Amino acid sequence: MAELDTSSGGGKKGGGKVRSKKASTRVDLTAMVDLAFLLITFFMLTTTLSKPTAMDIAKPDKDDKSEEKLELRASQTMTVLLGKNNKVAWYMGEAGKTPPEIQSFDQIRATILANKKKVRETTGKDIVMVIKPTTGASYKNFVDIMDELLITGIKTAPAIDDENILDSEKDFMKQQGIL
Amino acid sequence: MARAKVARKSTSIDMTAMCDVSFLLLTYFILSATAKQPDPLDVKVPSSTYKIKVPEKDIAILTIGSGKVFFETAGPDIRASTLEKMGEQYKISFTPEEKKRFSVVASFGVPIQNLKKFIAMDSDERKRSGIETGIPADSTNNQLSDWILNARKSVAELHSEGMRVSIKGDAAEEYPAVKKIVDILQKQKINKFSLITTAEGGN
Repeated sequence: MAELDTSSGGGKKGGGKVRSKKASTRVDLTAMVDLAFLLITFFMLTTTLSKPTAMDIAKPDKDDKSEEKLELRASQTMTVLLGKNNKVAWYMGEAGKTPPEIQSFDQIRATILANKKKVRETTGKDIVMVIKPTTGASYKNFVDIMDELLITGIKTAPAIDDENILDSEKDFMKQQGIL
Repeated sequence: MARAKVARKSTSIDMTAMCDVSFLLLTYFILSATAKQPDPLDVKVPSSTYKIKVPEKDIAILTIGSGKVFFETAGPDIRASTLEKMGEQYKISFTPEEKKRFSVVASFGVPIQNLKKFIAMDSDERKRSGIETGIPADSTNNQLSDWILNARKSVAELHSEGMRVSIKGDAAEEYPAVKKIVDILQKQKINKFSLITTAEGGN
């Protein structure tokens, strides 16, 4: 009977077992792992860092005709005017009674904290902030001041008022060259 | 004396398991990442310490930069429906093909009269031709207001959800330019909106 020789690459025939040469199946994976980790780093950084955050802003309704306006107590109110060249002017209470003070954005945080404490001690109430961005302010200034309110932990909603900037406020800002 | 022989060990380690793990992670990150549409209007968003993330759907984003306004809504269904409503209002009919092409456009800033031409172009041409002059938002020709209103209607119809409006402004933009857009929103009784900021580093 004829037989088929299925063994491959048999060198020696006859006598002894036919052994095929075993090549190692191991591959060096170091380069592959390097590449994979590089890509992981890239995707991790691009997915988490590019996610923008939202700052919620609420403004008063313009067409609100109701006469019931909440009166703000002068001793409780701090008004911040945003001017140009990244400057702010702030005063406590009613306009014109106390002269505003000019500050930069680095200093306003300490001021807000100090005033918050003072109002708490004298009246026992929370401070109410009125933010008045003028025409000289940039969008960044507005975002910055809202951010400062969050950092200083002011819970009461700030009044954002860009309609009623008083003449006395405008005059002062013009004098100081920040409008 | 016979020297003590130090057995030489191979320095190569089995990398198979490490390779498996790293590719698993890689696959995860690739799948979870969403391709970012290039912004036609390049804006530098101011930073803040706010932690709330911008929602992914039922949102309209108004990009303000160098005096121009660009508009974007999320979701192809909303985009197509908004375009249809705008077409009805301005007596311009869009073919289904145009609607399909428009539904993948993220942010755009062309007057509606040029929109047909804009849709027909590819993204390179759009950038080169200078057709994107911003959406008119004057009191006489307030297309931006119509876009917002129609997008709100579409979101309400398709998702029965209120649409959120977000403003993505350039940090150097003057406040009055932003105020003009906010006034348009307030005319539609949108008194609550969000400003898009980037997370501040080091916090």
